[in-house]
Amino acid sequence: MVVYDAKGLYIYVSTSKFLHYLCSPNTFGYYMSQKVLLNAKEVNIILHRLACQLIEKHTNFSNTVLIGLQPRGIYLADRLTKILKEDYKVKNIELGYLDITFFRDDFRRGEKTLEANTTDIDFLVEGKNIVLVDDVLYTGRSIRAALTAIQSFGRPNEIELLTLIDRRFSRHLPIQPDYRGRQVDVINEEKVKVNWEENDHEDSVYLIEK
Amino acid sequence: MSELSVNHLLGIKYLKEQDIQLIFETADHFKEVINRPIKKVPSLRDITIANLFFENSTRTKLSFELAEKRLSADVINFSSGQSSVKKGETLIDTVNNILSMKVDMVVMRHPNPGAGVFLSKHIDASIVNAGDGAHEHPTQALLDSYSIREKLGDVSGKKVVIVGDILHSRVALSNIYALQLQGAQVMVCGPKTLLPKYINDLGVKVETNIRKALNWCDVANMLRVQNERMDISYFPSTREYTQQFGVNKELLDSLDRDITIMHPGPINRGVEITSDVADSKQSIILDQVQNGVAIRMAVIYLLASKIKQ
Repeated sequence: MVVYDAKGLYIYVSTSKFLHYLCSPNTFGYYMSQKVLLNAKEVNIILHRLACQLIEKHTNFSNTVLIGLQPRGIYLADRLTKILKEDYKVKNIELGYLDITFFRDDFRRGEKTLEANTTDIDFLVEGKNIVLVDDVLYTGRSIRAALTAIQSFGRPNEIELLTLIDRRFSRHLPIQPDYRGRQVDVINEEKVKVNWEENDHEDSVYLIEK
Repeated sequence: MSELSVNHLLGIKYLKEQDIQLIFETADHFKEVINRPIKKVPSLRDITIANLFFENSTRTKLSFELAEKRLSADVINFSSGQSSVKKGETLIDTVNNILSMKVDMVVMRHPNPGAGVFLSKHIDASIVNAGDGAHEHPTQALLDSYSIREKLGDVSGKKVVIVGDILHSRVALSNIYALQLQGAQVMVCGPKTLLPKYINDLGVKVETNIRKALNWCDVANMLRVQNERMDISYFPSTREYTQQFGVNKELLDSLDRDITIMHPGPINRGVEITSDVADSKQSIILDQVQNGVAIRMAVIYLLASKIKQ
């Protein structure tokens, strides 16, 4: 089946994917302001590179844990863990999810009540090397909150940061990633949306004009 | 829904079912927080809360104070025993004096029913009712339902009997509202003299035989006989009350079903329940206390997030 994607290129997809394409806004140019930053293949290549960089630094992960930040960093953390286990035969990787809601600095500053997500860390982080994993690094405020939140679980030896997308020139705090998938220049009015096969039907990164 | 429909927690009567679910979901997260090595989050660091206790309390006061401190709020405490209330100051004056010290939220226990509602109409701060006379004790009812949900998976469809002094109990009234809102069936059981005259109007079953009541229910919430609130004798003697309405291990084991035992505390061991029942596997009394902190953190967090800067 042939459909046209956002760039106007036609691509072949299976029927099941076509159904998804019908519902997807970029099929008919409904949001023409949407631009693909990374497609599924590029995301896959980047994930493997990031996995290799992690192995280069942490070898067998004996004292290293991955912590995905809720809500959207957990998909990246899951995927990296899967690649490390299945493609690079790294055993016993510990993975946790951290929710930072109660540590955010914008409580009572927005219209809505901040809603929490589940924190699932069933190991002690005392003395461990932690890699925080999030999809997009923007102002750095989430990471600031995560650095405070993680202290509730002990005193880690070292904390690193891995992000799939690094939005350049937009930081409010002196925070930089140790591992970055792709650096992009995006103005403040635009949004970067990372989609994952698991719940968005495809691996992709979009730039959306608001 | 991510926001409470109310600005104060004055009673369960004013809540909607979604409010209760939101409080429970938020409490789930706080329960995880209070089991961390460091049990504190910085959310409420710019909020000041006054705990005004015009009536004695140990557990509720400690539980609220702990919940506030775990949320990093600043806390001031007030007990009427050592205060100007004794010198004739009115409630509004007392509270306004405290509020002029820039307090954002008031947690109040008061011997008069409706004190919280009255105050909410006169002052500009969020109010949490920590018990007003024999009227309501909303956080207790919330933590009771939360404990049932934790133990039995769901509150909806469960049968709960509240045993004891229903007449003087704010816990009973709040529990009836909360359980019914969540679709549970409620029965009250106690001596006729301690059952309010029009209790049927609330849509609850009434039973005066403890064995029949326990055989009907999934959960029994045992209330304390509140001697301090009794101006006259409602039953001949404590011993007779225990014989008629007390729960012991023998009675519990002779039932057709395994029921869950709850008690809001403080327990009069050997009066409403015996020690072996209070400490049995079927009892979730200490879980209730732990859940109390998580529920109060959730209530305070959700109310505080509605206070505009």
